[in-house]
Amino acid sequence: METRQKEKTPLLEVRDLSVSFRMYDGSLEQRRLEVISSLSMTVYPGEILAIAGSSGSGKSLLASAILGILPANASTGGEMYFDGQPLTAERQRKLRGGDIALVPQSVAYLDPLMRVGPQADGHRKPRPTERRRGLFRRLGLPEEAERLYPFQLSGGMARRVLVSTALITDARLVIADEPTPGMSLDQALEALTMFREMADQGRGVVLITHDIDLAVAFADRVAVFYAGTTVETLPASDFQTGPQALRHPYTKALWRALPQNGFTPIPGFQPYAGSLPPGCLFAPRCPHRTPECEMAPPPTRELRGGEVRCIHAT
Amino acid sequence: MKGAGKRLCRILLTYGARIITLLLAVSVIAFALVSLSPVDPVQQYLLGAGPVSEEQRAEIEDYWGVNDPPVERYLSWLSALLHGDFGTSLLYRRPVIDIIGERFLNSLALMLCSWLLSGVIGFALGCLMGMTRDRLADRIIKKICYLLTSIPTFWLGLLLLLVFAVWLGWFPIGFSTPIGMLNSEVSVWQRLYHLFLPALTLSLMSFANIALHTRQKLIDVMESEYVLFARARGEGSWSLLRRHGLRNILLPALTLQFASFSELFGGSVLAENVFSYPGLGSAVSEAGLNSDVPLLLGVTLFSALFVCAGNLIANLLYGVVDPQIREVKG
Repeated sequence: METRQKEKTPLLEVRDLSVSFRMYDGSLEQRRLEVISSLSMTVYPGEILAIAGSSGSGKSLLASAILGILPANASTGGEMYFDGQPLTAERQRKLRGGDIALVPQSVAYLDPLMRVGPQADGHRKPRPTERRRGLFRRLGLPEEAERLYPFQLSGGMARRVLVSTALITDARLVIADEPTPGMSLDQALEALTMFREMADQGRGVVLITHDIDLAVAFADRVAVFYAGTTVETLPASDFQTGPQALRHPYTKALWRALPQNGFTPIPGFQPYAGSLPPGCLFAPRCPHRTPECEMAPPPTRELRGGEVRCIHAT
Repeated sequence: MKGAGKRLCRILLTYGARIITLLLAVSVIAFALVSLSPVDPVQQYLLGAGPVSEEQRAEIEDYWGVNDPPVERYLSWLSALLHGDFGTSLLYRRPVIDIIGERFLNSLALMLCSWLLSGVIGFALGCLMGMTRDRLADRIIKKICYLLTSIPTFWLGLLLLLVFAVWLGWFPIGFSTPIGMLNSEVSVWQRLYHLFLPALTLSLMSFANIALHTRQKLIDVMESEYVLFARARGEGSWSLLRRHGLRNILLPALTLQFASFSELFGGSVLAENVFSYPGLGSAVSEAGLNSDVPLLLGVTLFSALFVCAGNLIANLLYGVVDPQIREVKG
């Protein structure tokens, strides 16, 4: 599967992406706050790439950067390609909502004063009402849900409505930002099954998530995020094999923090944007740290069918 | 539908009770203020009767009950009021209720015109500013709005009068009808022609406020997560404004619009005086200056009722427009 994917053109390729914000600190002086730095990832058609990492690691911002909907005080660096072509601001405008669809995080992303049905239909004419009703049925939303306002939905219903907004498009790339919290296990499985089906039809799905178990069960590959960058990209099956198959110390720590693997946390906390260490971002918490780690950010290298940014990984 | 009717009844009853207590409070305070003020209604009454001796004046004071305790006077005024008798205007020698009715129609025309004008222009400019945030159009209109909100109404009225009525001669310098013409002969166009400058003055005063509020609210909406998601789904600026912007700023705009009744009434007092426009606003200042106590108290009560009505309409509309209130109650 790995070799087959490598031959295809990537659907989305992100190279060395950085996102920073212009901020004013107390002294009226402008400061740049880099929230995402030298981030690289690739999504191939037909696969689900899960992005795993703790909150504050820049996962949601990545989605905004790909769609070109970052706030006005943000600026980006690096390169992005969609379908082999550079992803310019103009191209992002054309693609979003069409070829690239987003499943946002919470009910706050629904207009509080618009009924759910027309809202899920979207602004494009002709309205895909019949198709949307079918989707609602499949997602287990009751018939009358389309006449409700967002504030009348339960958390799980809201998520399913949000999922339906992406499923209704013919997007070739779907970016789902934490689509499953609040759903029952059955509903989450149904939603993820639908993403799986989309991928199997040749689309690419980026699944941003906290829930490593669900991600591993449905994704082909997992990109592990830490402090605004990718530390490792690996086949999802490596997580099932165990820590010996994992490459980066942070990925191993994540694995050990899972309830079924001992629930062991590692000391320390993720560094804040603006006070990042000069070398490897994980070095301050890393048990295998050497003076070399603190000199310069480690380069990305291929290792055992995955990619890792750690000079000690074997 | 039946439930809705019942609900409406309940709302109207609650509001009715509130309005009645409020009017009672206003009547007490207004009456107390007039009693304490140097306003002398007997003097005004005697103006028409010619010179009188001290004894005659004392007799008249006795007859009208000027020397009775204030509470007694208040109660007798209130009971007359409850019987529908607002008293007779000392200035016009006609029933107060007739004068209020006739003046109110003039004022209503003036206030309605400026209310609609400022509402529509203010809302449209507010939307324009919100959508072109911090760009040239926004910066220019915002400065104009700041300028207009800081100009006093009467000064603006005088300026308009000077330019358009005196220098250019496009509009009449005052009154609601041409001078020397019978009321029955005046056409609607002539009335509108006389209405234009005062209405413009009044709306210039309040539209900046509405525009600035609308702008801020629209900016808040445009920064919301649901607009971010709508952009992620490919909606352009126009679609964002039409589908999400207007829907979400309509409610605060309506509230603001109906809550502006009190400012409108306050502004009309000044505008009507500058343009010698015979409305309630000019009646109240004439009544005050000429010690016409019955008219003054009558207009005070009436204006309180008017402002209450504005707030009541805003509250009722809330229930109709906002689904978060409507659906939960229903």
